[in-house]
Amino acid sequence: MNFLKKFFLILLLFSFAANLSASEGTLDKILKRGVLKVGMSTFVPWAMYDKKGRLVGFEIDVAKRLAKDMGVKVQFVPTKWSGIIPALLTGKFDIIIGGMSITPQRALKVNFSIPYDYSGMSIVANKTKAKGFNSLKYFNKKGVIIAVRIGTTAEVAAKKYMPNATIKLFDDESQAIQELLLGRAHAVVASAPMPAFQAIKHSDRLFLPIKDTFTKEPIGFAIRKGDSDFLNFLNSWITYVKAEGFLKERKHYWFYTRDWEKLIK
Amino acid sequence: MGRKSIELILFIVLIFLLAFFLYKGATSSGYNWQWFRIDEFFLKFDKGKLILGPFLKGLLITFQISFLSFILTNVLGFTFGIFRVLNSFVARLLGYLYVEIFRNTPLIIQILFFYFVIAPVFNISGFWSAVIALSLFEGAYACEIVRAGIESIDKGQWEASFSLGLSKGNTISYIILPQAIKKVMLPLTNIFVSLIKDSALVSVIAVYDLTMEAQKAISETFMTFEIWLTVAFTYFLINVIILIMLRLFSYKMRWGDV
Repeated sequence: MNFLKKFFLILLLFSFAANLSASEGTLDKILKRGVLKVGMSTFVPWAMYDKKGRLVGFEIDVAKRLAKDMGVKVQFVPTKWSGIIPALLTGKFDIIIGGMSITPQRALKVNFSIPYDYSGMSIVANKTKAKGFNSLKYFNKKGVIIAVRIGTTAEVAAKKYMPNATIKLFDDESQAIQELLLGRAHAVVASAPMPAFQAIKHSDRLFLPIKDTFTKEPIGFAIRKGDSDFLNFLNSWITYVKAEGFLKERKHYWFYTRDWEKLIK
Repeated sequence: MGRKSIELILFIVLIFLLAFFLYKGATSSGYNWQWFRIDEFFLKFDKGKLILGPFLKGLLITFQISFLSFILTNVLGFTFGIFRVLNSFVARLLGYLYVEIFRNTPLIIQILFFYFVIAPVFNISGFWSAVIALSLFEGAYACEIVRAGIESIDKGQWEASFSLGLSKGNTISYIILPQAIKKVMLPLTNIFVSLIKDSALVSVIAVYDLTMEAQKAISETFMTFEIWLTVAFTYFLINVIILIMLRLFSYKMRWGDV
């Protein structure tokens, strides 16, 4: 009994202590830790692994620069895209830097910075299955199958622009593309420039039904709710590097040149 | 105040503390819980009409896949199980290879491999890829159950049968199997429960079972934890119901001890 009483007292003290621990902002936590933990997922050319297994890409450059300007080291936490928001909410990392589009549904759960980039959806189709499909309306039919990566805005865009088509969801883009190459899907919807890359790579089997993107999406950093100081810092940082021209230069390198391909192959 | 009542109070306090910590964890993580939106995934009332929600539709697919796989699993299990006790060296080797290959590789890789590599050759749909891949995997376990059942029959039965002049084939089909079937019935029906759980993996090839519908719902609403907890509980409930039914049935059929 005595033991139980002690045990109970200790528990009680602990629960008070848990309540009393002052909540500090994410910014202080990062500076104290000396490491910025970044949640991301692989998307060509936002983030990918090079020949040596190191992460490279547009978002990787952005994250490295952000950490450098904060005076801390950067640690990447590769996470499945479909589970990246819950991973952020439960504190697995401080911030999502992964080409995340700002959407109202997501903004109900996380806080977004101001946009630091814009991306859009494009579509790549199978030459034999989608013969002569040269606009989106051809894809918006019963029996048409669109393969997309789960949890992406590609899924949202496919449902919005092609509500009559059947949407097949895969965990990553390589599986969706595989489905398309095998002719089990008519098209794949994904953020530009990936569909265009695939059309070049498999020019014998795939083509681009429309040349441009059909959506325009603002890209922002995502952080947990209730931390306005960190959000303010991020917004200030974006404004600063935008004015400097850093974002534009990196964007050009990763999206409009193919110089980086030698890093990958 | 007796000792019992103090312990009871302590127990209640402990439960309370546990609940408090859970609550603290749930609220301090910054996760915004929205349990009230869960019911519409099962049933919806639309203009006075009942509409099946995505989770119930997914559950139907889960049942279909599990049921078809269960039939195929038994066919495979008996075929290879008998292979493994035959005199033919080739048949025994085939049975052995089948069991070891499918038991010792991850199911998720088997499903992906079947869907992306083998299915295109024969033009098999996603649904049937799921059924066949699951059957091949569970069939390996069923095969071992059948083999163990056959081997558990007393050697004297074989000897008696041979001394009456029956061939090996006839001995197996008329003497040994009828006795073995009774023994393996219950472990084989337990495979059905495994199938229901393992069928969750077919979501990787975009088959819209309960798990896939859950992932879709999560990607639309971001109610991650509510949906996963609900879906896990659904699987749990269904399997418990099936197990209870199996126990009652096996007791009625006198399949022996559970």
